Amino acid sequence: MNNGFHLVPPRASTMAYHIDSLVLFLLCVTAFFTILIFTLIIVFVVKYRRKHPSDIGKNIGDHHWLEWTWIIIPSLIEVVMFVWGAALYIRMSRPPANALEIQVIGKQWMWKIQHPSGRKEIDELHVPVGRPIKLVMTSQDVIHSFFIPDFRIKQDVVPGRYSTEWFTPTQIGQYHLFCSEYCGTGHASMAGRVVVMSPGDYAKWEADVPLDQSPEASGAKLFLQYGCMTCHGQQAPSLAGIYGRQQTMSTGEVVTVDDNYLRESILNSRAKIVAGYPPVMPGYQGQLSEEQVMDLISYIKSLKGAATPPAPNLPQNGGSPP
Amino acid sequence: MTLIAPETSSPLPLEHSPNYLEDGFSVKSWLLTTDHKRIALLYLVSITFFFVLGGIAATLIRLDLATPEGDLLKAGTYNRMFTLHGVIMVWFFLIPSIPTVFGNFVLPMMLGARDLAFPKLNLLSWYLFIFGGSFTVLAMLLGGVDTGWTFYAPLSTGFSNSHVILVVTGVFITGFSSILTGLNFIVTTHTMRAPGLTWFRLPLFVWSTYATSIILVLATPVLAITLALVAVERIFHIGIFDPALGGDPILFQHLFWFYSHPAVYIMILPGMAVVSEIVTCFSRKQIFGYSFVAYASISIAIVSFLVWGHHMFVSGQSVYAGLVFSLLSYIVAVPSAIKVFNWTATLYKGSIQLDTPMLYILGFIGLFTIGGLTGLFLAALAVDVHVTDTYFVVAHFHYIMVGGMVMAYMAAIHYWFPKMFGRLYPEWWGRFSAFTIFIGFNLTFFPQFILGYLGMPRRYHAYPPEFQLLNVLSTAGASILAVGYVLPLIYLTWSMKYGPKSPPNPWHATGLEWQTTSPPPKDNFEVTPIVTRGPYDYPSLKAQNDAPLNLSPHLLEEAPA
Amino acid sequence: MTSTPFIHHQFDDALQQREAATLGMWTFLATEVLFFGGLMMSYVIYRYTWPEAWVEGSHHLKEYLGATNTGVLLTSSLTVALAVHFTQLKARIPTLVCLILTLILGLCFLGIKGTEYVIEYHEHLIPAIDYHPTDVIDIRHVQLFMLFYFLMTLLHATHMTVGIGLLVFLIIQVSRGRYVDGNPNHVEIIGLYWHFVDLVWIFLFPLLYLVR
Repeated sequence: MNNGFHLVPPRASTMAYHIDSLVLFLLCVTAFFTILIFTLIIVFVVKYRRKHPSDIGKNIGDHHWLEWTWIIIPSLIEVVMFVWGAALYIRMSRPPANALEIQVIGKQWMWKIQHPSGRKEIDELHVPVGRPIKLVMTSQDVIHSFFIPDFRIKQDVVPGRYSTEWFTPTQIGQYHLFCSEYCGTGHASMAGRVVVMSPGDYAKWEADVPLDQSPEASGAKLFLQYGCMTCHGQQAPSLAGIYGRQQTMSTGEVVTVDDNYLRESILNSRAKIVAGYPPVMPGYQGQLSEEQVMDLISYIKSLKGAATPPAPNLPQNGGSPP
Repeated sequence: MTLIAPETSSPLPLEHSPNYLEDGFSVKSWLLTTDHKRIALLYLVSITFFFVLGGIAATLIRLDLATPEGDLLKAGTYNRMFTLHGVIMVWFFLIPSIPTVFGNFVLPMMLGARDLAFPKLNLLSWYLFIFGGSFTVLAMLLGGVDTGWTFYAPLSTGFSNSHVILVVTGVFITGFSSILTGLNFIVTTHTMRAPGLTWFRLPLFVWSTYATSIILVLATPVLAITLALVAVERIFHIGIFDPALGGDPILFQHLFWFYSHPAVYIMILPGMAVVSEIVTCFSRKQIFGYSFVAYASISIAIVSFLVWGHHMFVSGQSVYAGLVFSLLSYIVAVPSAIKVFNWTATLYKGSIQLDTPMLYILGFIGLFTIGGLTGLFLAALAVDVHVTDTYFVVAHFHYIMVGGMVMAYMAAIHYWFPKMFGRLYPEWWGRFSAFTIFIGFNLTFFPQFILGYLGMPRRYHAYPPEFQLLNVLSTAGASILAVGYVLPLIYLTWSMKYGPKSPPNPWHATGLEWQTTSPPPKDNFEVTPIVTRGPYDYPSLKAQNDAPLNLSPHLLEEAPA
Repeated sequence: MTSTPFIHHQFDDALQQREAATLGMWTFLATEVLFFGGLMMSYVIYRYTWPEAWVEGSHHLKEYLGATNTGVLLTSSLTVALAVHFTQLKARIPTLVCLILTLILGLCFLGIKGTEYVIEYHEHLIPAIDYHPTDVIDIRHVQLFMLFYFLMTLLHATHMTVGIGLLVFLIIQVSRGRYVDGNPNHVEIIGLYWHFVDLVWIFLFPLLYLVR
């Protein structure tokens, strides 16, 4: 965090360079038109000032070619702005497959963050430099927004669903983290910092956590505790390798199993029923915290490949994620 | 199209009928009036009150932000202040300002009509406005509301402990006031035009006000139903928007912005209406590209309904929705650009006189240009991700709303003041405060663009110390701006009683509203005017009689009339 | 200014006044379309989000009562159209008969709707007042369905009530011989309003009762 005065925030992510290039283009166009209009106004006002009280303006008629010129040229410039902005936006919406996934939960008025190793932190986010980071975020009360100005990224954190954003930090250092969606009294205090570390430092930092604390391990415990395995695999769909698969619902609709689908199925089980199964699962809304839901989803994700129903045994103790 | 100045069959009415101000002096004659001109003055007083109220909130906000820790107000109080500022300024000043005061006052006269089509409805509309306003003021006195003017769910429906329902009710009621005003204007424009006043002979003020009215009638009901749903969820705790209860908070945003984006154009179109009138009058020239300006107003009204999603690029709506809304937002920028270019071209070879209204209008064109162009940053999806919900957005919409709309409102007051009160104001003070406002405004809001780009989020009561310099500049600018707004309040109030008497048409404008006495008689015209020409035809005015053009109001001011 | 009993001072002649009144009502109805539209749009969006809950909720509505009410309202549209027709012919008694029939049909509609509400109350289907149905799977979202059902039908019923008030006003005036003397404005625009309220129901009925 550079506390000195500057006009442009530091560019500390790969995206920051792209955004700033587009901004520079926009700035040039904007400056050109602003100067053009201001100059014309001043020149006209001086040159055509009323010299005699009874003077009137000269009728110059209509010039349709001029009208079309200043309709078409700005429109073409706008097309460039649109395409450029849209291309970057699409890129921002697609996290790379190898991104390191970190869980974020917003609540009035703090950020709770959990790393794959299970290490947790509040209002701080430690990340390794040079590696794509994907944040999977939700809120347990109102809408928040996870904003890191020096990375030029922002995404609303909405209760009841998962949203994601990703970035690749390029510089070791500390950066502001803000909540940018107004969330009540303590909105301004829902700020913190992002610490970008060297990969080695991050590995050390992340590993500083007791065993058995990884999200999958906690999820597996919950899975046992709530007796999920008594049904899943028998009168309920098997969960092995389910993540990312297509499921057909009783309405005929086909959905892809992703974080949001799993979340809804856990909390509000009867909203979507897999074809061929009775709607017997109770909803766990109000019984599980957002952290617990995230842990369960991590556990379900870890159940890869196995063709047989997951055995009701604990997975190997919580090591690093696969 | 050739346009020629309107010519009335009888330019000046006979002196025998009393003007509208003298037509009864009792309180009842004002509170139960159905005269559109008196209702306009009732609105003028009411929205001035709300403007002062919103301005006080703004002052407290700026003072609080002078230090990074926000020492003046507590976080909760600060949140109530910016909510109050937003709610009051949007619904009780900007949206009603030009339509209800100047639309009411001059629209019927521009059409050559005796009144609006539904005078009683017009009065009802003012009472609804006051009724809605009192709910909001009551909420403020009871402790205020802290949701932000956007009432985002689920904060507003389940988490805020403030008077959400009172304020929402106030806005709901005021919405119906807007709808009735819009309805009245639409019907009046369609059915009450004087003989010979065809659509393409209408002053551009009428076109713009008509476009505004369409938005008022079609967008406001959606806001009403949305706010009603917020109240239902808040009272009965049934999840319409709160996901914890089974609702969808993004739906609220869609519904809210379906109204509130068109509402932005409710606020700026009337400003554009005023610009077209004044820029022609003080250049003594036909507007450049009449039909392009007229159709630009209508296209803005239509496209404004299709761009609401650009407020939600980071809300979690689909990427494809983002692409569509971004493209449409670029399209809606085109008609605004057309207008700016046409106004500038109107100055070319004009006969330009920089009286107070014109100074404000030139300020409008410049500031609106900056405001509009910075909108292009926000429409560019990837850039919006960085600057949305920061001070960049705050600066952008204040350039449009204050730099644009309030400038136009000030211009309108100074332009039609002689018509409304039959008196002139001190020109020197007028020009001085116009400059003060221009300088103060830029100093207040330009630093906020930089603040936003640096990443300062909006609605923050405290901020990191490196943002202080820009915030102090902004606060300093706001103090100058405040002086600029207080001055006209003083000298205009003074001039109502003590200003020199104005001739019927001090600016030698061509509009029908100037072809009657100042102040006008109760029925506006002694004889319904017959229009044979289009607006802004200065050559004909000059041909009619050269002498009146020689008498500028300043000459009158110096030599007793 | 010419000032006859029919023409308000701001208008030049009866034709202008009539055009203004009619356009005014159409503009008002445009507002109403968006007012109901916002609610219906939300309803439709949630129907796509939770289709199963919506189907389930719809099964709890009494479609035979809804269908009867549709018939009642369509008939009332006919009678009100006839009333306008007879007003234009300056026929007082037929006008009066048609208006009274419309009034009765309107009251019938509200009566049937009220009965339906009572039945739903006994089935514990009214959110916020008494909602704990016994045979519902997706309780939470069926509640949302029922909420929209009540909001939309109550808003419609409010409009019906206003319409009934206007009809009573018309009946009193027509019985005194007004509006059937060559100034059918009021009957026409109130007729227009009545048709609109019917039309809203024509949308509500399939949306609520038939989306199974």
